[in-house]
Amino acid sequence: MTSRIGRALDGVTRVRGLQGAMLVSLDDGLVVADALMEGVRGNAMAALAASLANRLSLASASSGIGAPQFLHLQADHGVLLAVPGPEVTLLVCVGGADVNVGLARLEMLRAVEKMG
Amino acid sequence: MKSTRAIEPWVLEPLERFVVEAGARLTLVMTPSGQVIAQHGFARAVDVMAAAALGAGIIASTSELARMLEQAPFSALNQKGESHGIFLSGFDSVRGQMLVLVVYGAESSVGLVQLFFEELVEELRAAAPPPPEHRAVLAADFERDLNESLATLFR
Repeated sequence: MTSRIGRALDGVTRVRGLQGAMLVSLDDGLVVADALMEGVRGNAMAALAASLANRLSLASASSGIGAPQFLHLQADHGVLLAVPGPEVTLLVCVGGADVNVGLARLEMLRAVEKMG
Repeated sequence: MKSTRAIEPWVLEPLERFVVEAGARLTLVMTPSGQVIAQHGFARAVDVMAAAALGAGIIASTSELARMLEQAPFSALNQKGESHGIFLSGFDSVRGQMLVLVVYGAESSVGLVQLFFEELVEELRAAAPPPPEHRAVLAADFERDLNESLATLFR
């Protein structure tokens, strides 16, 4: 299981511009597994991304549009991307401003399939 | 009524920030003997004293278990319930060891609490003044200090 998740995360990080990928427990905001470049604060990213995803889920459920399938946060110097993972997890990626978001999303969905 | 109170004023600002950022419902900052330094969210003195005594007791028990296992003391304890979670941890400062007990709800997570707890520790360490000069503890002083502390925590 763990090596399968590790391989799936490694696959995602091959997308040019992505600085890391991690599987996060949605309930706890804790890191389940990660493949991050040095300097990325994994625990902070996990806790805050899970909190953000949970709040967005509430917002989208309240709007009657169902659960979020893809989260794309564009910041000044990069992007934060997330898709629902297996069980109650979230696959979170962080990358530079030049990352190909469409390709990254495709690889993230593939990775979740491999993890499941 | 303001729900964050501190006997030691230097604890107040970092604690208020922590409570907001971590989404904590209840928080206690105390010494290993269970003496409360600051609190957030408690409405009754009896609840604070009970929680402080239990929190200090848990840390004492786990520290002793670690000693028996010839390991360093456990750094944190987290217990998740159906609607609430409890996070208990300690850290060293110039004022000696301090313990923090946090109760959080479904709107927060142990990840968030841990993340902002690290910041709280840094801020408290930076803000802590040197310990006051040691003075003999008299029975009359003890009772007066205790009453003053409780009055400050629930003013």
